[in-house]
Amino acid sequence: MSLLKPSRWRVLPFYMVLYLGFLYLPILLLPVFSFNNAAATRFPLAGFTTKWYASLWGNREMLDAAFNSLVVGICVAVLSTGLAICAARAVTRYRFRGRRAANGLIMAPLFLPEIIVAVSLLMIVLQVGAELSLLTVILGQVVFCLPYSMAVLTAGFDGFDRSLEEASLDLGETAFGTFRRVTLPVVAPAILSSLLVSFTISLDEFLLAFFLSGTEPTLPVYIWGQLRFAAKLPGVLALGSLMLALSICLLVAAEFLRRRTERQLSTGAASHV
Amino acid sequence: MSDMPMIAISGVNKFYGIYKALSEVSLDIAAGEFFSLLGPSGCGKTTLLRSIAGFETPSSGDIRIDGQSMLGVAPNRRPTNMVFQSYAIFPHLNVEENVSYGLKRLKLGTTEERRRVGDALDQVRLGHLGKRRGHELSGGQRQRVALARALVLRPKVLLLDEPLSALDKKLREEMQSELRALQKAVGITFVLVTHDQYEALALSDRIAVMFGGRIAQVATPKELYQHPLTRLTADFLGGMNFLSGKVVESAGAILSVETDRFGRLGIAAAASGGRPGDRITLGIRPERLRLLWDGERADHELQGRVTNRAYFGETTHLSVRVDGLEQPLSMIETNTYGADDLPIGEPIRLAYDPDAFVALADDETEDRIRKLD
Repeated sequence: MSLLKPSRWRVLPFYMVLYLGFLYLPILLLPVFSFNNAAATRFPLAGFTTKWYASLWGNREMLDAAFNSLVVGICVAVLSTGLAICAARAVTRYRFRGRRAANGLIMAPLFLPEIIVAVSLLMIVLQVGAELSLLTVILGQVVFCLPYSMAVLTAGFDGFDRSLEEASLDLGETAFGTFRRVTLPVVAPAILSSLLVSFTISLDEFLLAFFLSGTEPTLPVYIWGQLRFAAKLPGVLALGSLMLALSICLLVAAEFLRRRTERQLSTGAASHV
Repeated sequence: MSDMPMIAISGVNKFYGIYKALSEVSLDIAAGEFFSLLGPSGCGKTTLLRSIAGFETPSSGDIRIDGQSMLGVAPNRRPTNMVFQSYAIFPHLNVEENVSYGLKRLKLGTTEERRRVGDALDQVRLGHLGKRRGHELSGGQRQRVALARALVLRPKVLLLDEPLSALDKKLREEMQSELRALQKAVGITFVLVTHDQYEALALSDRIAVMFGGRIAQVATPKELYQHPLTRLTADFLGGMNFLSGKVVESAGAILSVETDRFGRLGIAAAASGGRPGDRITLGIRPERLRLLWDGERADHELQGRVTNRAYFGETTHLSVRVDGLEQPLSMIETNTYGADDLPIGEPIRLAYDPDAFVALADDETEDRIRKLD
């Protein structure tokens, strides 16, 4: 409470600026240097250029890695969202023995050290004798993304008033028609939001991809490999800036969808018993 | 009204495991009637309504609508539509799309569909809000959308599940008179579930009072309020002064009952009857007792003292202790002559009408009778 007293108010804005600066200035440096006309990343800046971005287009390896990331991201998004839809529906709709335990176990990977998960998965893949490929990356990342999808979808389904489906049946619609005309559209934003979030996480994910990807690197793994060569750093910065921009766009879109659903549902289901 | 009831419920039971939600419910509701199911929460009124809609399946018994058995008929194939307690407005659709939701399946053609949606919205005075979404509407407006959405399909029966409980008092009273007018205008059979006795009294042609999964009494509002059959029903419908009396004579349907302070009363026998020597429960409504001011006289008077007073604006509720009665009597006085200024402890006189007493069956007795049936 004492922080809220009028005499201390002047401290808080200062603290906030410091906090935001610490958090975001380093990230801002990334796009700044990606437009800098010099191979070395230091001040003063040497003038504006877009050549680092242009150089990306001719880079075969980079494009391959980007394509790999795209494939992995889409697969992970679809798989983890699909699995989470089933789980979230079960957890929000039904009361069954072990419901809390199931929910807890699904959410647990969120709190496990990722490197431990990655090593364990690597051991299993090697034990089974499977080959490391994009498939193993996808499977690993699904485990990792599932909690995020689950969190987004549980929130979406929780607000879903069951009487909406009953109302549809009552108005003459069939069970399938009800799913198509009511259930799906109402939860669609949450599903889309889950797809976007898991795609974004997959796109940025490094550890699992590093351990499980074999000879086909995803973008973060490719970037890691490039960091050894000082001359390639500006290209990496340009690539990083693009990924940053894409991630931000996707997450903003996901959050926008989530909020819109929440607002719509909050009024409909206020007093349902 | 035709002779055949619009809804005929016969011998309906509903079990959830060993819990009996509905017990031998039988009920006829006439076409065009505004019928209310009234009772405390958990009495089975909502289960009964949902059984009519098809969302619950009775464990035994039959529900017929317009002569046709509804056993095994899915909700979407029943000639009923429902207004849900939460209104269940589809959040991804605007008002017009909500109202036309059920019409889409009928394939009426655009013009006819538009006309019916427009008519339905005008009926509930929402014509100007057709493009709004559910979350942009007030509680009362959402309720009207739910009404229009159900009525536009011209059902034989409209089911309303506590439709006014989420509204504040002023709006609730407004919607009550509107609902009543709407029902008269469309002539559809309305079945309303409510726990609010005033709502049921104000709206209904007839009311079924339910306790513990059973129907306790079916009657018109006035009949139900003035001649409740049992103590529980009497109590649920409003204030009631209970006192006990001893039957001294039984002449046909009229009992002569000796009471502690109200003298010998002639009373219509309750369902449980009464033989000379039996002790029975009597009741008189608080507003049937009248305060006598100085100089006023009445044929039947009692003396007492004010022990408590509660001010309700237009009325004052008084507790009056009368020597020889176990419980103080409650009275309701309008504040026309200053009942709100009566000091606690003030000696007063009150008048009563000996014809205003009713004999009430104890609910255990009633249970025993049901079992004997």
